[in-house]
Amino acid sequence: MTSRSEVTPWWRNRRYLPWLVQGAVALVIGVVVAFLLTNLLLNLTARGLLLSWSWLGQPAGFDLAETILPFDASLPYWRAMLAGLVNTLRVVIAGLVGATVLGTLIGTASFSSNGLLRRLARVYVEVIRNIPLLLQLIFWYFVVFLALPNGRDALQLPGLVLAKSGLFLGSPELVDGVWQAPLRFTVEFGALLTGLVVYTAAFIAEVVRGGIASVPKGQWEAATSLGFPPLLTLRRIVLPQALRVIVPGLNSQYISLAKNSSLAVACGFTDLYSVSETTLNQTGRAIEVMLILLGSYLVIDLVISALMNGLNGLVQLRER
Amino acid sequence: MVQLHRFTAAVPLIASLALVGCASDGGGVQSQKMAAIKARGSLICGVDGKLPGFSFVSPDGSYSGLDVDICKATAAAVLSDPAKVTYRDLSATERFAALSSGEVDLLSRNTTMTLSRDAPGGNALAFAPTTFFDGQAVMVPATSGIRSLKDVAGKPICVETGTASELNLADRMRELNATYTPLKFQSGDQTYAAYLQGRCVAVTTDRSQLAAKRTGFPKPSEHILLPDVLSKEPLNPATVNADPAWADAVRWVVYSLIQAEEMGITAANIDAKVAEAKANKNLAQLRRFFGVEGDLGKQLGLPADFVVRTVKAVGNYGEVFERNVGTGSPLKLERGVNQQWRQGGLMYSPPFL
Repeated sequence: MTSRSEVTPWWRNRRYLPWLVQGAVALVIGVVVAFLLTNLLLNLTARGLLLSWSWLGQPAGFDLAETILPFDASLPYWRAMLAGLVNTLRVVIAGLVGATVLGTLIGTASFSSNGLLRRLARVYVEVIRNIPLLLQLIFWYFVVFLALPNGRDALQLPGLVLAKSGLFLGSPELVDGVWQAPLRFTVEFGALLTGLVVYTAAFIAEVVRGGIASVPKGQWEAATSLGFPPLLTLRRIVLPQALRVIVPGLNSQYISLAKNSSLAVACGFTDLYSVSETTLNQTGRAIEVMLILLGSYLVIDLVISALMNGLNGLVQLRER
Repeated sequence: MVQLHRFTAAVPLIASLALVGCASDGGGVQSQKMAAIKARGSLICGVDGKLPGFSFVSPDGSYSGLDVDICKATAAAVLSDPAKVTYRDLSATERFAALSSGEVDLLSRNTTMTLSRDAPGGNALAFAPTTFFDGQAVMVPATSGIRSLKDVAGKPICVETGTASELNLADRMRELNATYTPLKFQSGDQTYAAYLQGRCVAVTTDRSQLAAKRTGFPKPSEHILLPDVLSKEPLNPATVNADPAWADAVRWVVYSLIQAEEMGITAANIDAKVAEAKANKNLAQLRRFFGVEGDLGKQLGLPADFVVRTVKAVGNYGEVFERNVGTGSPLKLERGVNQQWRQGGLMYSPPFL
């Protein structure tokens, strides 16, 4: 046997073959990428459009409707895009929390002993996940939020005003027909957040339902026979086991939510995409702006993925 | 060895000379773009498609408007048929990428000419003459009590993203030292929907566009245009810098409509005028204009009688204006600065010599 393996030609040798195949594939990919890049650079040079980043430091010249970071038109473009990124992160983080809570509630509701609750959960999931998100955002913004009363007719509670221009907290007061308050959420933010939460919750509910269904029925029965009430069974026995199935599924839903937040421009929210579009229009640097956009969403999604993978490691069974 | 080098160097030179010879045999200069359009048999024209008076799709799918008429006139000049146009609806953000990538041959989409859009270091566009001198205005509900731009300060104002209006608004509000809240939408439809829903106290864009959109409002008379003019907005068709011959052809197609109006030539009387020019050798200017004598069209790479074709297709500039946006149209816009220079306007064609 040893003598035969010594004469095996290299192209049939199992020690080299995988490397050869991998190398060939890498070479092909390398050549294709190099071709695409040179093609891009050649065409850009021919049109006088070489990549340049100096515009990032020039004054933006436009205002933003709402920002957490202080911003005005004299600040440079990179500050505008950063303010947009912070707005995106704000809606993504709030959306993740909201969608998780709502999705878990609906997902567990489909195991309720109450038939009405169970059916409502099913109807919710089937209706919401079968309507495109863009339509839902336009519905929330134009039909629901913009139907709120304006100015003096706004819904007023002590320390809280809900008007067409947004939700005002603290001590809102009407100045020249416009509500002012220390803390405020615009209807654009509200519509986007509601749309993202409601839409993503339907998918998360299905992930949660799948996770709970994956726990053997015997676990429920065993807990019941030990005298556990249903809610405690769910919390202490079933959910910890279901999480192992739920977490990987949640990861992709979270990533979708982050990407879907770029539909903000449909309801007038100044997110990263909206600011980028204004920047693109004013500077004409389409490729650079697109690269920044692609990079930003990629980083956001990779961070979400990394966090979820860490969480996944925590909830998996630790075998000793 | 040295001789061989010389010979190999000479081959492309000779070949290119031969090609130049062919081109001049074919008559006039041929632009690459024009050759491509002729081979395709159709002009691809980038328009807005949702702007009454400028470019609007009717229920039967046909396009009409001032911008559309420029497409038709160009198709008539290049392909001898104003119907051979493929329209491409473009958003404000898409338009320049679509033009510089060659996806559309001509951009006739109420586009404001600016330095950075013209410059080779900017968008590198080649602008044809202005087809409509516009200015940015602000529309508010008549009942709002707002009577000038200053009153808008501190209030939300709707604007379409990716437009020059966005920047002009920012500049003017900075001049006025006023804060404002710009609500930006990607499409005009969403912008006006948010305004009509009362989310914004005002909406801003070019005066002509506001007048056009107002015709589609439930109660047009309840909305007024503020007297403030925020900017100069010369709206021009555009091509790319990379093909100067094609840019020249489009430029003179537009001038032909303006010159025709100045000379009193209309779609109705053009046949009589051509017959008159053919009969009378002393009408030198008219004969050159119609291509009865001289080679003006050929110099542009267009048919000798391209002027006859453009005017027959859409009429002169005055007819195009009146039909689409003038006082007889739903937009009811006055000629104003878009009048001929002899009447004190800005429409002025250089001589056809």
